[in-house]
Amino acid sequence: MARVIRCIAENVVSPLGTTARSNYDNVRAGKSGLARYESMGNITTPFVLSRVDRQVIDSLCAELGILGNYTFFEKFLLCSSAQAVRDAGIDASSDRVLFIVSTTKGNVSLLGQPEEGIADERVLLAKAAAQVTRYYGNPNKPIVVCNACISGVCAQIEAMRALRSGRYDYAVVIGADEQSPFIISGFLSFKAISDEPCRPFDKERKGLNLGECAATVVLEASDKKKRGWELVCGAIRNDANHISGPSRTGEGSYLCLMEVLKECNRQELAFVNVHGTATAYNDEMESIALFRAGLIDVPVTGLKCYYGHTMGAAGIMESILSMYAACDNTVLATRGYREQGTTYPVNVSSGNRECKGSEFIKLLSGFGGSNAALLYRFEE
Amino acid sequence: MERRGLEYVVLNQGNAQLTELYRSQIGDWPKFFKMDTLSKAGFVATELLLKKLGERRCGSEEFIQSRAIVLFGSTASLCADRNYQETIQNKDDYYPSPALFVYTLPNIVTGEIAIRNHWRGESSFYVLVAPDAAQMAFHLACAFQDSVTESILAGWVDSRNNDDFQVFMTLIRKEDAADTDWLAGQLQLIINDLNK
Repeated sequence: MARVIRCIAENVVSPLGTTARSNYDNVRAGKSGLARYESMGNITTPFVLSRVDRQVIDSLCAELGILGNYTFFEKFLLCSSAQAVRDAGIDASSDRVLFIVSTTKGNVSLLGQPEEGIADERVLLAKAAAQVTRYYGNPNKPIVVCNACISGVCAQIEAMRALRSGRYDYAVVIGADEQSPFIISGFLSFKAISDEPCRPFDKERKGLNLGECAATVVLEASDKKKRGWELVCGAIRNDANHISGPSRTGEGSYLCLMEVLKECNRQELAFVNVHGTATAYNDEMESIALFRAGLIDVPVTGLKCYYGHTMGAAGIMESILSMYAACDNTVLATRGYREQGTTYPVNVSSGNRECKGSEFIKLLSGFGGSNAALLYRFEE
Repeated sequence: MERRGLEYVVLNQGNAQLTELYRSQIGDWPKFFKMDTLSKAGFVATELLLKKLGERRCGSEEFIQSRAIVLFGSTASLCADRNYQETIQNKDDYYPSPALFVYTLPNIVTGEIAIRNHWRGESSFYVLVAPDAAQMAFHLACAFQDSVTESILAGWVDSRNNDDFQVFMTLIRKEDAADTDWLAGQLQLIINDLNK
């Protein structure tokens, strides 16, 4: 039998809290980290962003004993992973523990604003990830998953595979991105950003919001099933259609959904946590993929209205919040949604709803024509 | 029986070589001229590899879903990042361009290759400190755990600046990855060639 992969600890650091529990409680209560900014650096177009207070991160690092000369991005990775590693009770310095970092842009802000005492090479993603493995005294070579917006789901899939191979017993999967003028100006140039809180799947949706988050899952491989969230399977598929535009047939997302449905017990499927960026094309594409996969009636939920698009963290944070929601028999509200705005009527709601079922699907898509999905199941 | 070594293509001679190879060997994909250096190099290396292997483009729906693209690099999109940063660095000269921004993700090259070949399998980009045959062989072998993946276009795609890049592309079949040590040995031979 293939080794069973289970989540044994998790953490989320965001404007909505510094633990997974506080984040979930705040989202359930309808709180959002989104705020409007009139400018940033050379950007003079207003935008809405969910931004982490730097002082909160600095005091969290001090509390956790993270004292080296680190960039904001590296502190973000460390303060989230340190809590999850502590809660998991694992020896992170063992060669049986694999660290995987998920990010899109890492320390890219160093290009525009070099920092005193930080070597230029830290702009290289693997050099930033090496700060993490060095902090834990982990001897394995660092690996960074850099697959645009789907990175956080890909990183969990890669961890699952590495654990199933037998070489490792634990994987610490950390996702984070810093929102600097680099990313914000880029998405503004794409005209993809809304100057209001985003409205996923709504008729009046105007685009996405960006957000900052660091999230960690610690996965464990074992030979038998145990109580807890099992990462059952996952898939990554390309649209082979366009490098920046979503497929009009939802091809890659559809193929990912069909792949994870092979292992899914449909009566137990509580909800699908989608990407739901609130851009016109993404949400339309997801509605098509859900329809084609026979999932149009299944409750759907999107979290961008609380966090914005958190890039490298999205796949991990959204998986963690889905675990808490499913345990709480809740389909979290997709704030900002009012009226059907996609060709196919996605089963989405602006209020929290009750649900039952021990499984959920996490779906993401992104630039490069990339799509990914994974299936988690709660084992009693 | 002695197993045949992996076929591969190495490119490390700068941008002029890419344009020359595109014009002399490819020629029917004008999107090439819009690509950044990383994508151009990855694209041309893939085209040359498929020619070398004599593989016909397209194929059945089953085939296009079974072909994955797994690329590695150490600089990721740094070269495109620097180009884009220049457009936002100065207030008086601020003109962020979506055409440049889109290439600030290293997995765009996987998308360019997937589009050209209609491959709908897995596409992934991993960033490592340096080309490491054992580390790459391990992650490639892991990629075959996917239930439909039968072959992987694998490569190292790295670009320090617009005219300094190192790229190799090779094709790995499921049976090649079953013996991870053999695969690592093959990748090491290619890496040695890359550094020549």
